[in-house]
Amino acid sequence: MAALETPQPSTLRHAFGNVLSIFVLLLIGVFAFSIRLFSVIKYESVIHEFDPYFNYRVTQFLTKNGIYDFWNWFDDRTWYPLGRVIGGTVYPGLTLTAGTLWRILNTLNIPLSVETVCVFTAPIFSAFASWATYLLTKEVKGVGAGLTAAALLAMVPSYISRSVAGSYDNEAVAIFALIFTFYLYIKALNTGSLFYATLNAIAYFYMVCSWGGYTFIINLIPMHVLLCIVTGRYSSRLYIAYAPLVVLGTLLASLVPVVGFNAVMTSEHFASFLVFIIIHVVALVYYIKGMISPQMFKVAVTLVVSVGLIVCGAVLAVLIALVASSPTKGWSGRSLSLLDPTYASKYIPIIASVSEHQPPTWPSYFMDINVLAFLVPAGIIACFLPLSDASSFAVLYIATSVYFSGVMVRLMLVLAPAACIMSGIALSEAFGVFTRSIKFQLPGVSQNSPVNAGDAGNVMQNDVVKTEKSEDSLKERPSRKNKKKEKDKVERASVVPQIEKRLLVLPLEASIIAIFLLVLLGAFYVVHCVWAAAEAYSAPSIVLTSRSHDGLHVFDDFREAYGWLRHNTEVDDKVASWWDYGYQTTAMANRTVIVDNNTWNNTHIATVGTAMSSPEKAAWEIFNSLDVKYVLVVFGGLVGYPSDDINKFLWMVRIGGGVFPHIKEPDYLRDGQYRIDSQATPTMLNCLMYKLSYYRFVETDGKGFDRVRNTEIGKKYFKLTHFEEVFTTHHWMVRIYKLKPPKNRIRGKTKKAKSKASSKRSGTPKKNPWH
Amino acid sequence: MGAMANFRKSIIFSVFFFFSMLLVKTSSSSPPSSNLQILTAERRIDLTSHIVRVYLTLKVENTGEAPAAEVLLAFPPAQFDHLALVKAAATVGKKKKKSYLPLEVNPSDHPDAPNGTKYYSISLLKPLAKDESITLEIHYILTHSLEPFPAEISQSESQLVYYHDSAVILSPYQIKQQASMVKTPTSKVESFTRVEPTDRSGTELRYGPYEDRHPYSYSPVIIHLENNNAFAVVEELEREIEISHWGSVQVTEHYNLAHAGARHRGIFSRVEYQSRPSISGVSSFKHLLAELPPRVHSVYYRDDIGNISSSRLRTNSKKSELLIEPRYPLFGGWKATFVIGYGVPLQDFLFESDDGSRYLNYTFGCPLSETVVDKLTIKVVLPEGSKNPSVKAPFTVEHSLETKYSYLDVIGRTVVVLEKKNVVPEHNVPFQVFYNFNPMFMLAEPLMLVSAFSLFF
Repeated sequence: MAALETPQPSTLRHAFGNVLSIFVLLLIGVFAFSIRLFSVIKYESVIHEFDPYFNYRVTQFLTKNGIYDFWNWFDDRTWYPLGRVIGGTVYPGLTLTAGTLWRILNTLNIPLSVETVCVFTAPIFSAFASWATYLLTKEVKGVGAGLTAAALLAMVPSYISRSVAGSYDNEAVAIFALIFTFYLYIKALNTGSLFYATLNAIAYFYMVCSWGGYTFIINLIPMHVLLCIVTGRYSSRLYIAYAPLVVLGTLLASLVPVVGFNAVMTSEHFASFLVFIIIHVVALVYYIKGMISPQMFKVAVTLVVSVGLIVCGAVLAVLIALVASSPTKGWSGRSLSLLDPTYASKYIPIIASVSEHQPPTWPSYFMDINVLAFLVPAGIIACFLPLSDASSFAVLYIATSVYFSGVMVRLMLVLAPAACIMSGIALSEAFGVFTRSIKFQLPGVSQNSPVNAGDAGNVMQNDVVKTEKSEDSLKERPSRKNKKKEKDKVERASVVPQIEKRLLVLPLEASIIAIFLLVLLGAFYVVHCVWAAAEAYSAPSIVLTSRSHDGLHVFDDFREAYGWLRHNTEVDDKVASWWDYGYQTTAMANRTVIVDNNTWNNTHIATVGTAMSSPEKAAWEIFNSLDVKYVLVVFGGLVGYPSDDINKFLWMVRIGGGVFPHIKEPDYLRDGQYRIDSQATPTMLNCLMYKLSYYRFVETDGKGFDRVRNTEIGKKYFKLTHFEEVFTTHHWMVRIYKLKPPKNRIRGKTKKAKSKASSKRSGTPKKNPWH
Repeated sequence: MGAMANFRKSIIFSVFFFFSMLLVKTSSSSPPSSNLQILTAERRIDLTSHIVRVYLTLKVENTGEAPAAEVLLAFPPAQFDHLALVKAAATVGKKKKKSYLPLEVNPSDHPDAPNGTKYYSISLLKPLAKDESITLEIHYILTHSLEPFPAEISQSESQLVYYHDSAVILSPYQIKQQASMVKTPTSKVESFTRVEPTDRSGTELRYGPYEDRHPYSYSPVIIHLENNNAFAVVEELEREIEISHWGSVQVTEHYNLAHAGARHRGIFSRVEYQSRPSISGVSSFKHLLAELPPRVHSVYYRDDIGNISSSRLRTNSKKSELLIEPRYPLFGGWKATFVIGYGVPLQDFLFESDDGSRYLNYTFGCPLSETVVDKLTIKVVLPEGSKNPSVKAPFTVEHSLETKYSYLDVIGRTVVVLEKKNVVPEHNVPFQVFYNFNPMFMLAEPLMLVSAFSLFF
């Protein structure tokens, strides 16, 4: 394209460069897709974890009943007896995407099952995400950086962990939507085109549909706009890029039922409106400035500022009063725990109890973004040489996402694309500098090319070198275009880089060694990513495997239990379990649950937590009042599965105790220590969770040795009076108990009578057992 | 080929002949002739599995003047509903050179039968003349005829069942001499009705010999015995056989399996089940054996929530054995659903007949051993563009046609649907589906893909 517009001597070379970069992008897409298939190859094509099961169930409903029923879906199989309005409480982007994909495939007579489509949605969208990264980085720093960033993103472990085949969660499509929205914003900012601004609003709408993380966009972009205004980079392009996004984006966002009026009412969105006002004021100021003379302008400014400040102060005071009147100051719990990292652990144990809401550890940074962590600072420096609107956005993006990832390990996912973009820029700039210095010092190409071909063994690096050359002219093109429209952008377009290039010449040997080291670094990254994809992030978590001396051992207990529930209980039976297993129970066992992973009602969860931490009789009464028929507990003590209910039990106590004060955490701890051995407190040894987990456990090995806690259990022989064991899986990982029916009131009398009768009749022959 | 065609023609001819004969017989609707009498009758009832197999040897003599072309078998209505299969053969030759000629058996209707007795008529190859006698070997199979009693048992109890039958053989003819032998799975028999002379030794129970019983004699007996075999019943089985002329036949089987024995009551204790397998849950079963064709490939075993990892496949040149384990052991009344799928090479099952049409020759029935199928649906998915499908099965099956759209189909594939109720392992015999197919259709989909691909450029 570029070659056609600007006739240059190297037309053919540019065309070749374009074809090559398209080809490379295609390969990156294929690579992003296929690196995520380890889970299917090593395990099977199955939905992973917990939340994806809910999404899968919703998608099934959508494909079966159509979109209108989906919006109106009131789910009575969960949160019994409250139920849940699915259509209004779910981010529909993912399910609608997969549902549409499924529909298209079926109209083409490709009869893939809904499950298959769901399993492969995430890998497909990671390919899209890496292409979006290419586009975004290209806008920031050119084609070379774009390709490098795309390749880095295709295999960044943090993103792989959320998008392996089967990980059918919102993040799978949301990361693509996030990057693509940013790309369109930058594109609109660079070109000043209303077309891209509109597209940007639509992309933002898709992001709002997909994930609650859309608030990140609607806060980051205003921040960037504000930054541009403050640093005096205001232009009409900025206005075009921002104003339509706020108007159209907010309108579209409020169309999504789960967001609705929150799009204008909660504090998460206030920043965008505030900046919206500011940008208009600034636009007005610039407009007036252009019309009147400088002296008049100064007078006008003082006048307007003094009046304006009073008005603004008044409006702000009203707003603050309004916002402050609400208890959470208009912020949702999750946003608050982001702003104040200690908030959740203080007030909302249910958010704090989720492991992915904990702050990450340093090793997890290395695990999840690996060498990118070291390349990011270099990328930031590269962004300042020279600083453009786009590169300032990238810097802002990385700065904020680093903070967020430090608060919640889950938001490492937002950091990953930023880190990839930065590292892509850093790598590509570094390669640019080194190859250029080699080129400048060795005019004789004969020696240069073998060196290049020799060390740049893998394709990616080679391409970077080549596309870097074509990039210079590509980069000039938009700037030349802009020259006609905009005058203030001329300075840093074409002349400066040429001078810089001559200055940045390094010694030949140093460059060659540096390139070699960079390739080594890249190779290390690739090896690490493939290892992470294959070993660390591909386990579906519903089926576990362990390798022992006699081969692979499969623990498929969860599905065994769910399968049993599905086929051998009544359709309307209610199953109580800790909320972690709620989604899986509704999706796989198709039974009504009391609480599930959508933790919207804290009291309800606390009720279940209270029941689990109460003695048997009290627990039976709570469960019976909830119409529960079966209680499901997860127990890892026999095979050593660490994330079982006994290890989660303290959270049940905490959450239960938060609502029902008679449950006190210290009652379950001996000297502040949580233990289940003979030193444990009687409250602990008599609570329902202990009893259901360890019922008849001692009969397996005679001692009752718990392999997770590595102790013998405290209370070994006991009987259940209000519950009966109806199913235990092969490795004892899931145990299902049934509530015994309530006894007759006259039980006390009959018991006495019976004991008398039996003593009298002790000599009589056996009764006919068939009566 | 020529010989085969002749053979097939003769088969078709004979089938046609029998049908026409049957038509004549049923339309005449004559009351059972009492000119026949049975000289000796011997019945062996095999109760060792949950499928009741009865072997009956009758020596029939014609005492009347008119030649008799058919012999009637009588069943009480309760048994008639559970009959899965009735086969009959005539014995020819003496002791050493004995051979059996299969005979046509069809249900026949006689409205004036006493007490709602139902009949099957055996059509003899040639009518029985006066004072002539013939020895018939009859084999029939009853399903769901062992009634668990007690109907609910706990994990540690063993399963006891009732078997209802008559001590004397129900027949529209007079029987001169008869005896019945009942074989039980274990020597543990709780009780049995005595109709003297009755004798019991080990696992065998003997009723008779009885002399000169009149037509329609009936003396009900109940045998209460222990039977801990797997009462594996597939309530619904759908087998989809998809033919691809690109070299493979893909079979997908959807099972709804249930344990039809005494219902499980109360608790299920894993610790007892694992530590005392000989006492605990003796009537439950945890694996089943499926016999698949040889050279089977890409076998999978899963259910609607994913792969089931507990299965073993053994293959040899004669057959493949797939040992499947449901996710959990099945106790009385418990159910499980699963899917087994596999591919077999096309050349083993698809043949060309000399009139140019092709036919699939595949085994009817359920590959699981010793399993009753309440409702079996076989769907043969013919390749896109096939015409004139027709079915040939060794017994009566309902069949219909439907259309299915598979990968990139435009006009859809013809599906031949065969349905049969009450299927037992003895039904595992080949059936054929004939159709015409133009090989050009094989190229349609690849060409479509190529043209779609080239549209991009």
